[in-house]
Amino acid sequence: MSDVAVQHGIAEAYEPSLFGTYSKKIGMWLFLLSDSLTFGALLFAYSYGRISNPEWPTPFGKGSITNATIMTACLLSSSLTMVLGVLAARRGDFRWTRWWIFATMVFGSAFIVLHAKEWNGLIGEGMTPFKNPWAPNVPQFGGTFFTLTGMHMLHVTIGVIYLGVVALRKKFLPVLLALWLVIWLMTPADSFFHIAVHVLLVGFVVATVVLFLKPKNYDAHDVEIAGLYWHFVDLVWMFIFPLVYLMSTRV
Amino acid sequence: MHDVATTHDEGKGQYFWVWGVLLILTAVEVVLAYKRVFQPLRMLEALMMLSIIKSALIIGYFMHLKYEIAAMKWVLMIAVVACLCLMGIFFADAFRIVHLGVR
Repeated sequence: MSDVAVQHGIAEAYEPSLFGTYSKKIGMWLFLLSDSLTFGALLFAYSYGRISNPEWPTPFGKGSITNATIMTACLLSSSLTMVLGVLAARRGDFRWTRWWIFATMVFGSAFIVLHAKEWNGLIGEGMTPFKNPWAPNVPQFGGTFFTLTGMHMLHVTIGVIYLGVVALRKKFLPVLLALWLVIWLMTPADSFFHIAVHVLLVGFVVATVVLFLKPKNYDAHDVEIAGLYWHFVDLVWMFIFPLVYLMSTRV
Repeated sequence: MHDVATTHDEGKGQYFWVWGVLLILTAVEVVLAYKRVFQPLRMLEALMMLSIIKSALIIGYFMHLKYEIAAMKWVLMIAVVACLCLMGIFFADAFRIVHLGVR
């Protein structure tokens, strides 16, 4: 009954919503509010260290900045495809919705792959969360960098899984499992991502529980809410990119 | 070729414009930072200003907040402004520490 009420935009069978829209959207906005405070705290801590420490290393040369700019373009394009997917869902065109969501997932995965390559490069040069080769007096460079970008990468990964579940529902589960297995087998045993890939397994378990305990056809509202989460992830990168990369360029 | 959306507010075109502006603003940021056009403090201000503009575009158009009712906009924007004020306080304190030193 509440679904029928929701289909018509505003649940007139109940009191009108204080915020003029359906509850799921309000809930997602509130979650994004809390998550923005989480990232805010991490950004403040990083920025405080960065500004107050004149010896902060600036290791990001042309290659790094180019890579990060391409990553930014990937996320911005993914936001565009996401919003086009939401429009398609509102029209009722779920075939096109799925294609736009796939495009969003492709751009998001490209971001993750580029970011992982960058991490591997930095780790290969000797950077750890506790020390770095460019400024021995600034051990917190690694910790702040990996925490901030790692937290963001985790959000992007969760976003890609979320989108896959919304687009494909139960058919996405074997895909996710296969991805986990393939990446686990393809990464060398001493790589960070050999362990980090288990996030996909956790995502698989959570997605399975959700899809089997509450099976439903995801409608335009669900696509819109997934879109809100995805845009938020892009938003956070809009702040991480200048504060972490552009403020520490090595010309 | 699929139809333009017939719902209340927008067509597809404006999203491409917003995307284009976001890419241009990103390019501006990269050029400013890479050429080190400003001193660090000015650079931080310039980058933050550009980032805030980009965020406003994403929140307003992609996240559709521009078309929500006022109550929603107020609740969310007050939170965003609170974050930015906190950022301002932390940044100012960080700059102060550089000059005052640590005892």
